[in-house]
Amino acid sequence: MTDELDRPSFFARIAIAFGAFFRALGSAEYAAGARALASGNAPALPAPAPEPEPEPEPEPEPPKPKLERAPTASALQLLALFQREGRFVDFLREDVSGFGDADIGAAARVVHEGCRKALDEHVDLEPVRSEEEGARVTLPKGFDAQAIRLTGNVVGEAPFTGTLQHGGWRATRIELPSLTEEHDVHVVAPAEVEL
Amino acid sequence: MSEREVNYTIGVDLGTTHCAVAAVDHDLSEGEEIALEVLRVPQSVAPGEVEARDLLPSFLYLPHDQELPAGSTALPWNPTPAHLVGELARRLGAGSPTRLVSSAKSWLSHPGVDRRGAILPVDAPEGERRISPVDASMQYLAHLREAWDQSHPEAPFAQQEVVLTVPASFDPAARELTAEAAAQAGYQHLTLLEEPQAALYSWVHSTEGGWRETLQVGDTILVVDVGGGTTDFSLIAVTEEDGSLALERIAVGDHILLGGDNMDLALAYTVKAKLEGEGKNVEDWQVRGIVQGCRQAKEALLAGETEAVPIVVPSRGSKLIGGSLRTELTRAEVEAVVLNGFFPEVGVDEHPARRSRTALTQLGLPYAQDAGITRHLASFLSRQAPEGARFRHPSALLWNGGVLKAPAIAERLQGVVSSWLAADGGEPARLLEGPDLDRAVARGASYYGYARRGGGVRIRGGLAQAYYVGVETAQPAVPGLAPPVHAICVAPFGLEEGHEAEPVPQELGLVVGEPVRFRFFGSSVRRDDAVGTLLQRWSDEELVELGAIEANLPAGDRRAGEIVPVRLGARVTEVGTLVLEARPREGDQRWNVELSLRED
Repeated sequence: MTDELDRPSFFARIAIAFGAFFRALGSAEYAAGARALASGNAPALPAPAPEPEPEPEPEPEPPKPKLERAPTASALQLLALFQREGRFVDFLREDVSGFGDADIGAAARVVHEGCRKALDEHVDLEPVRSEEEGARVTLPKGFDAQAIRLTGNVVGEAPFTGTLQHGGWRATRIELPSLTEEHDVHVVAPAEVEL
Repeated sequence: MSEREVNYTIGVDLGTTHCAVAAVDHDLSEGEEIALEVLRVPQSVAPGEVEARDLLPSFLYLPHDQELPAGSTALPWNPTPAHLVGELARRLGAGSPTRLVSSAKSWLSHPGVDRRGAILPVDAPEGERRISPVDASMQYLAHLREAWDQSHPEAPFAQQEVVLTVPASFDPAARELTAEAAAQAGYQHLTLLEEPQAALYSWVHSTEGGWRETLQVGDTILVVDVGGGTTDFSLIAVTEEDGSLALERIAVGDHILLGGDNMDLALAYTVKAKLEGEGKNVEDWQVRGIVQGCRQAKEALLAGETEAVPIVVPSRGSKLIGGSLRTELTRAEVEAVVLNGFFPEVGVDEHPARRSRTALTQLGLPYAQDAGITRHLASFLSRQAPEGARFRHPSALLWNGGVLKAPAIAERLQGVVSSWLAADGGEPARLLEGPDLDRAVARGASYYGYARRGGGVRIRGGLAQAYYVGVETAQPAVPGLAPPVHAICVAPFGLEEGHEAEPVPQELGLVVGEPVRFRFFGSSVRRDDAVGTLLQRWSDEELVELGAIEANLPAGDRRAGEIVPVRLGARVTEVGTLVLEARPREGDQRWNVELSLRED
């Protein structure tokens, strides 16, 4: 699959949307850029995740960081799974602005019930931190900065003490169905024709 | 037995709605430390997608040649299966019901149809492919065998002991057909085990030896198994043998086609009626969605979590919002339909209006006509009453099957049995808590293999009924009346696997080269009749007519048309099926007498 940079195709847009979603979650700078873009007074957005260009920050070290393109097949498979069990794509693709909360709530129930079942069956999730949200926690020196994000007044040296705002999620298992050889993952949901 | 290296006993639960497989590794098991695993069964879950799950839905789909892309139903062991089995079958069948085979097990036990004939799906369009109940069962069993071989290449299925479960209420013909399907599916070292017994084995296993403290000599355990499509009762007595506790299955109930699926349907029709009352038009595909919604809502409501659960049937198009049909199911409705409809609070004297084994002529399944499971249970316990008592008092209760996972149903059932006991001045019965009601039967079946080798207690059982052959008496014909029939006992209650009964003393004349049919009866209450006991009359409660039996003596060295005096004898095979034989007065020939599989 080649992504056209200037006018991305529909599938490229899915990949971009997913990439943007996870990068916004993972990177405060990226999220700030995305917010600026959305509000219209944007500096140029950094290139989307799959682009194998080096990051824009000027790094003095000569070896360029290697960014691996995330495989898209399993992302599409997961999307198909959520659509099949919980009409996830239908829900996201629908314009909700004209509907009342009761209608949206009824639809959200279908999505929640189905997607939750699919999620439970295929992914085991546990909180990164088991404390209650709102509890005081202390982070020792050398804490896992990927699993724990510091916010607020980030100054000084570890150990850091702060309030747990979000317990985080860690996937301890993910298992997706195996695919047959000819299976085209791009068909997220087949069209249905009743005879 | 050959010197094959046996490592496992594989327990297979061939359910009406789901199948499950568990296995005990004998080399790794000792005492109460038992290496028991539940097999994950790979199956198609969507076109092009294969996933391993704990349960294999017992559904079979006969796809149209152009319906699915080539290769999209490939399984790890078969690139092009002719039939789809499992989750994908169920899913596709929801959209195209006339290509879906469901409840094959109920059809397998339906004496009113040709069970080896290609009759399913019943409402398939003219000219479309159909399959027999035996073949459909064989497909599920073969799928499970392949799944095992896939994950256990070191221990081929065909070389392992296999314990396959059947409802306790299956008659000899249904057991025979189940064994036949298993043999066709490549099951070689097969034993049949009754499902309620398997559930009790699973409980025994779960107590890790503690069952000896929980049960006492003199206890009577009532096992109630309410599955997706059938309800099964058994009574198991705790006795003493050589100074230690022993278990003996003393009675089984009638075959009742009533289960969780009926409850979901009943709820769905309540919801449909409510929607139609509001002036909404409900289409067939929406009813299927309502059934689905009701199943989930029922579980939440019966767990006592909330008072009402919304039921939403999404539109079929990609517009999800606005197009959905929306209503709710309340706890009061679930209680009225499920608790009071299927588990009514009745006295022990209130029995179903009619016995379930009637009206065999219809082409549909002979569903129980009375949905009150508690009334069926009252009838069962009353028929098993000891001399001078109103009903047989159970002292311990064991529940099995997905339906009884719902706390409200389990409590209701226990409450009803307690009220019967209290009314009779009896002690309340205690509940034996068994884990994992969905997989208990498969687990218990594999544990049975371990118990049988001396690793644990065995339940003694044998034939659950005494069997009788009907013989017409020589009387002058009365126009319009069939000559009276006498019943002669050929196989006594409790005849065990691998044992043979004495032949019936009365001789019958069989015509060589011509099939001769006899009426065939079973009794779950006449437990003391010996071979040869002759009954001149009996009540409907005592004897139930089963499919006929047919003797067909090959001519051999006799003349066709010659009449040979024979005596009928019965034995129970190691597998657990009943075999009837005709033995001539002279010589040691034996001719099989077939359990006829078709009602004429």
